[in-house]
Amino acid sequence: MTEVISNIEVSPGVFRLAVAGQFAGRMGQFYMIRAWDNYPLLSRPLSIFDITPERIEFLYLVVGEGTALLSRLKKGDKLTLEGPMGNGFTAPEGKTAFIGGGIGIAPFYYALRQVPAAEVYLGFSREPYMVEEFREAASGQVHVNVGGVILDDVDFDAYDTIIACGPHPMLHAVQRKQQASSGRAKVYVSLENRMACGIGACLVCSVKCKDKRKKACTDGPVFPAEEVVFE
Amino acid sequence: MIDLSCSFGKLTFKNPIVMASGTFGFGQEYGAIYDINRLGGISGKGLTLQPKAGNEGIRVFETPSGLLNSVGLENPGVEAFLRDECPRWEQMELVRIVNLGGNTVQDYVEGAELIEADAKRRQLAGKPAVDMIELNISCPNVKAGGMAYGIQTETAREVVRKVRAATTLPLVIKLSPNAEDIVSMAVMCEQEGADGVSLVNTFSAMKIDIYKRRSVFNNLYAGLSGPAIKPIALRMVHQVSQAVSIPVMGMGGICSATDIIEFIMAGATVTQVGTYNFMNLRAGEDLLGQLEQFMISEKISCLDEIRGIL
Repeated sequence: MTEVISNIEVSPGVFRLAVAGQFAGRMGQFYMIRAWDNYPLLSRPLSIFDITPERIEFLYLVVGEGTALLSRLKKGDKLTLEGPMGNGFTAPEGKTAFIGGGIGIAPFYYALRQVPAAEVYLGFSREPYMVEEFREAASGQVHVNVGGVILDDVDFDAYDTIIACGPHPMLHAVQRKQQASSGRAKVYVSLENRMACGIGACLVCSVKCKDKRKKACTDGPVFPAEEVVFE
Repeated sequence: MIDLSCSFGKLTFKNPIVMASGTFGFGQEYGAIYDINRLGGISGKGLTLQPKAGNEGIRVFETPSGLLNSVGLENPGVEAFLRDECPRWEQMELVRIVNLGGNTVQDYVEGAELIEADAKRRQLAGKPAVDMIELNISCPNVKAGGMAYGIQTETAREVVRKVRAATTLPLVIKLSPNAEDIVSMAVMCEQEGADGVSLVNTFSAMKIDIYKRRSVFNNLYAGLSGPAIKPIALRMVHQVSQAVSIPVMGMGGICSATDIIEFIMAGATVTQVGTYNFMNLRAGEDLLGQLEQFMISEKISCLDEIRGIL
C-alpha cells in the first residue's frame, strides 16, 4: 500500500496522479494500479509518466469505472501498485522521434527525461495538455498538433528510431507509414490492451503478431511496428 | 496445531487452496511473486492435443462483481507442455494438475494417452511432474454443432469413459454449470470411474456493445466468473456433494478464506481459486494466511470438522 501525493485534473478528464515512494521502472513500462478492494475486479494498467527519487507519476484519461474511481483520489488516499511491468522502450539509437496521440503521450515524458534530444510529436483531438512540461524536458523540438493528424507532421526518413503510442487507428497508420518509408528508422508501437493479471498468466491481452500471438503485458507493450497485425 | 491437509482419493493436498486452470498459467509467473509450493495445488492452463491460438477480438470484460472471458483456450498443446513445462513441474512440491480439453473424443483420448505415457516414463525415472488430470468437458464438440460436451450427460459419458480407459492417473472431471443437470453429470462421472469432480467452470454469458450494436466478444458468448457466480456455484457444489461419494473440488468466485470455508461446509474436499488471482497477485499466500487465522479464531483444528456439515 502506498499513498497519493496529488491527483490533479490537467485538462477535462485527464489527471496527473503522484504517488509517494521509491519506485523502479524503465521508460515505456507500466504499473497495475488499484485504489479499491474487490470491485471493480481488475487493476488498471497505467504507463509510467515520471519517476523521481520520492514519487512515481501517472497521466491518465477517465474512460471507465476504474479510471473514474482513480480520478476521485485525494491526497493521503491509499492505493496498491504492482510493477514495473512490461518490456519498455529499448534505448533509442541515433536521431529519435517520440509520437504520442492523446493520452498516448503519457510514457514519453519519462522517456524524454532520459533522451532529452529526442524530437517529440504530440497530437490532440481537442485541448492540448502537458505541452509546457514536455517543452521544459526537451532539448529538441516539441511539435504539437491539435485537431489534425499528428503523423502528417512526421518525416519517417528523418529518424533512426521512432516510438509511437496512441489509439489503435493511429498505430495502424504508423505501420502503414513505416511501410511507405525508406526503412531507415526502427519503428516501435506501444499498445494499450485490456489486461487482467499483467504478468503473462491469463492471456487476455493477447496481441496478434506476424509469427504468433504475443502478450501485451510481458512480450510488450512495446512491439516493433512491423510485427503487429492490426485489424 | 492446525491441520489444513485434505485427502483427495489417493492424493493429499497440503491445504485446500488449488489455483484454477486458466488463471495461473503453469505457475511460473506467480512463482516469481511468492512461494507457490505453499499452495495445495495448481491446475495448469487448459491444454488441447494441438496448440491453439485462441480467440480474436476482446477477450475480457468486467461486469458488476464478475469477469467475462473469451480466451478460447490459447495453449501450446500437450506435447509442448510435456517438453517445456514438465521439467519445471517436476521441481514443484504441490499437487500438479493437468487440465485437458478437446473438440473431438479422439483429441481428448490422444491427449490423455500422451500425458499417461509421459507420466509412466517419469515414474520410472523417479521424476513425476503430473499428479492428476482435470478433464475440461466445457469445450465445444465439433461433431455436434459446437454444443459443449458438458451439457448433456450422455454426450459427456463417452468422453469420460474413454479418457478413464486411457489413463491410470487420478482423473477429475471439471463440470460446467451450463449442464442440463449437473447432479446427473456428477453421478455419471462417479459411475464411469472418475476419482473426483471439480465445479463450476464459467457460466455462459453475454455482453452487448450497444453503440456498435454487436456482442463485445467475437464468439458472441463468453464465460462468467468471479464473485457474481459464487452463490450459484456454492449451491451446485452442495447438491453434487450430496449426490456422489467421490471427492469434490469446489470453485466459483472465491475471494477470501471465508469463501473457502463456505465451499468446504457445502461439501467440497478442496477448493479452487481463479479470478481472484487477477485481483490480487498474492492471492494464494493471502488466502492461506487468512485461513490459518480463521481456524485459530474459530478453534477448528482440522477441516474435516466442518466439511459437508450442511
